[in-house]
Amino acid sequence: MRSRPNAKASPRAGGTAGWPLTLGAVAGLLFLHVPLAFILLYAFSTEEKSFVFPPPGLTLKWFAVVWERDDIWRAMWLSVRVASISTLMALILGTLAAMALYRSRFFGKEVVSLLILLPIALPGIVTGISLRSAFNLLDMPFSYWTIVLGHATFCIVVVYNNVVARLRRSSPALIEASMDLGANSFQTFRHVVLPNVATALLAGGMLAFALSFDEIIVTTFTAGQQTTLPIWMLTELVRPRQRPVTNVVAVFVVAITFLPILGAYYLTRDTHESGGSGK
Amino acid sequence: MTDRAEPPTAVRFARVSRHYGEVRAADDLSFEIADGEFFSLLGPSGSGKTTCLRLIAGFEQPTAGEIFVHGRAMAGVPPYERDVNTVFQDYALFPHMTVADNVAYGPMIKGVPREERMREAAAMLEMVALGGLGGRKPSQLSGGQRQRVALARALINRPKVLLLDEPLGALDLKLREQMQVELKAIQRRVGITFVYVTHDQGEALSMSDRIAVFDRGRIEQIGTATDIYEHPASAFVAGFVGVSNLVAAEVAAAITGASATFSIRPEKIRIERPEAAVPEGHCAVGGRIESVLYLGANTRYAIALDHGGELTVLDQNREEQTGLADRRVGAPVKLVWNRRHIQTIGARPPAP
Amino acid sequence: MSAAAPAIGMPSAWRRVSTALYLRPGLVLFLLLTPPMLWLGIVYLGSLFALLAQSFFYIDGFTGQVVREVTLATYAELFTAANIGIIWRTAGMAASVTIACAIIAFPIAYYMARYATMRTKALFYLAVMLPLWSSYLVRVYAWKLILAKEGIITWLAEHLGFAWLLDGLLSIDVIGGPSLSASYIGTFLVFVYIWIPYMILPIEAALERVPRSLVEASADLGAKPRATFRKVILPLAIPGVAAGSIFTFSLTLGDYIIPGIIGNSRPFIGMAVLQHQGTAGNIPMAAAFAVVPIVIMGIYLTVAKRLGAFDAL
Repeated sequence: MRSRPNAKASPRAGGTAGWPLTLGAVAGLLFLHVPLAFILLYAFSTEEKSFVFPPPGLTLKWFAVVWERDDIWRAMWLSVRVASISTLMALILGTLAAMALYRSRFFGKEVVSLLILLPIALPGIVTGISLRSAFNLLDMPFSYWTIVLGHATFCIVVVYNNVVARLRRSSPALIEASMDLGANSFQTFRHVVLPNVATALLAGGMLAFALSFDEIIVTTFTAGQQTTLPIWMLTELVRPRQRPVTNVVAVFVVAITFLPILGAYYLTRDTHESGGSGK
Repeated sequence: MTDRAEPPTAVRFARVSRHYGEVRAADDLSFEIADGEFFSLLGPSGSGKTTCLRLIAGFEQPTAGEIFVHGRAMAGVPPYERDVNTVFQDYALFPHMTVADNVAYGPMIKGVPREERMREAAAMLEMVALGGLGGRKPSQLSGGQRQRVALARALINRPKVLLLDEPLGALDLKLREQMQVELKAIQRRVGITFVYVTHDQGEALSMSDRIAVFDRGRIEQIGTATDIYEHPASAFVAGFVGVSNLVAAEVAAAITGASATFSIRPEKIRIERPEAAVPEGHCAVGGRIESVLYLGANTRYAIALDHGGELTVLDQNREEQTGLADRRVGAPVKLVWNRRHIQTIGARPPAP
Repeated sequence: MSAAAPAIGMPSAWRRVSTALYLRPGLVLFLLLTPPMLWLGIVYLGSLFALLAQSFFYIDGFTGQVVREVTLATYAELFTAANIGIIWRTAGMAASVTIACAIIAFPIAYYMARYATMRTKALFYLAVMLPLWSSYLVRVYAWKLILAKEGIITWLAEHLGFAWLLDGLLSIDVIGGPSLSASYIGTFLVFVYIWIPYMILPIEAALERVPRSLVEASADLGAKPRATFRKVILPLAIPGVAAGSIFTFSLTLGDYIIPGIIGNSRPFIGMAVLQHQGTAGNIPMAAAFAVVPIVIMGIYLTVAKRLGAFDAL
């Protein structure tokens, strides 16, 4: 990548914060993250019927229980497949949209950008019930693909945002330079455009994967009788059976989604491209 | 190719226009650039010079007219099939490749085996005095070094025409002057036609075989540096290239007897005592010193003329001053210059 | 051309296609845009229209079948007292959650934007971003076990001697309940917790854009720090707050998971939608209910746009 000083240089010269502000900020961070620690703690609890604190004893046996549970593995496998295919589709569609929109000006461009943003701008339940209504109108049975349809739709914007930000930052003359030196459009894409957006693509893909893997609001409407990992968890939350088992699964979900997000952050941290807009 | 005594034409514009809606970036341009020539397109920003360059490179298509490169019509020919390479204003080096890979990009696309193209790239880097820096990334180079890489990358394909879009614009003054000399030397060595876009008249004058002066999408004048400087064809050229005094028709009538606007370069005017005799073939006009500006090698005077109007005079600070000795503000003077330095200006009015 | 330089890898057919495309940028744009627009147009817009269409159908009370005739009957049914109550409850919750988020998020964002060093800022940024992107359900779940009657909060209250406060809170009429996890207080807490990253980031971005020189200029002109904050920093942060509030408001409006897990099971809009489409099989009613948040968000966005929220997104 071209050398770019960290885009958001901290205005460090401003002295130090007063203690109430620092306290407020640190307390806010703790508020965000301490609850997750309890998930971890209760994954080792010997008490399976309630969330009594402190846990009466600690044990590792729930990890073994989870390992043996077929329903969890099936749900996990479905979630992984859905997230992979949705990510792949979002990568293709989001990249195409980004390449079309980042420099061109045409009538209706605003509408097109709005259309890309809409699936995350409207509440998830709207997307969910809309898809559900459409499946109902078309008499479409629920399947693996009905889930993917919904997930890919709201993942497009994640990839789009990342790629468009990267494209906007790279010099438009790069493409011209490549063609000037004898490369046709496809060679230019292969040798110049793709390497330049590669990390943005990877970051967008990882975020899309995390988003899809974790998604519950839309999925409830599009899954029918199928069980993704979040749906499995939701069922357990509403009608708990072995509570620590749910905790073990929750710990895994956190790990599986945190890792790609961390990766995406490090791939794009110079610009904080991936921040801001969420689900 | 047919045998001809004349040097073949490298680039020919035949009534080429490029319009963006109402904006005429290039307006009905016809000119030729000879093979091996160092040809500059000079003009203020927005005058159409860069558009011309992009039309030659193929990044844009003319709205009307035809461009020929070495006799071949360029309509519908994409940039990658033109025997033309470009040095971009911001260099446009590929940030994800090393310097050597950047330079070897052209041969790589052509399918030259890696070893061979790396050898070629090393040789090119040697030529632009960057030997040994091939392994670096562009971000690790200074502005001047990036500029050289861009040059090496564009020259490795041995194009018939090299296009340079204000290549020295981002460099500081010292480096710019040094690169001017080097560019000229490289051009002589490789013998390729250089088409050079700049808004810096000094750069254009010092490097070019010929210069085309652009204004508002049109060419005001094409000629050698001396032509352009000594015989500007229009008020715009006179004003844009160097400093010039423009003498309005009414005042001109009183000085030369002919009622036609003319331009006279400040350094051609001598400051004499008011009672000095006027030599044969010279003009003279009386006035009074308005201001004196000491510039080191020169001194610049503003003289209010008796007939109205003002002239700028540039006088070298030689060891012994000639002419008038008393040069304080307010002193009466007589300005004298040879009639052959008068350049009568054509019909086109200056830019509004 | 020398024998060493044949165009390998790319047969001339590719070159011809490339050239054809190069000379027709409009066609390229069309080809690039077609797949994503087809997808979004058919899958997403199509679904939204399906939603709208369904909301104008009605369900036959006898057969339980959806009758595909255009009618306003479903909408008429939507505006019964019970449903209006649901809508008010949801909107009220969304508003209070938004305000609470803004209050808690501001100091964090302010600290990040103005005082944090490069390293702490990266840490904060990551700490805010991780929960924004992931583990929604897990984070809701975490509160279920924290707020449970036998959970940590109760334990802390007993051991630190503020059980009376907890009991007092829970005995308040509407917002209280048998335990935190079965009260509006709990629902509210979790909503705030889940959506707060969406508020921090836009405020931080807005504050980041306040040039330091502006603050210095204000101080230079004799303003005390408090006055500078009120007169310079706060007004410039408003677009960020507005942008964040779009998220917190919209997300609360449409959520059905949180009030379903934590709360007193009195329904919110999202739960009503879920219930109507699921157990009741009344998709027209679910669709009509889902139109409500769209309309509310439409109004909200119009106001937010006036406040400059879109510049801070």
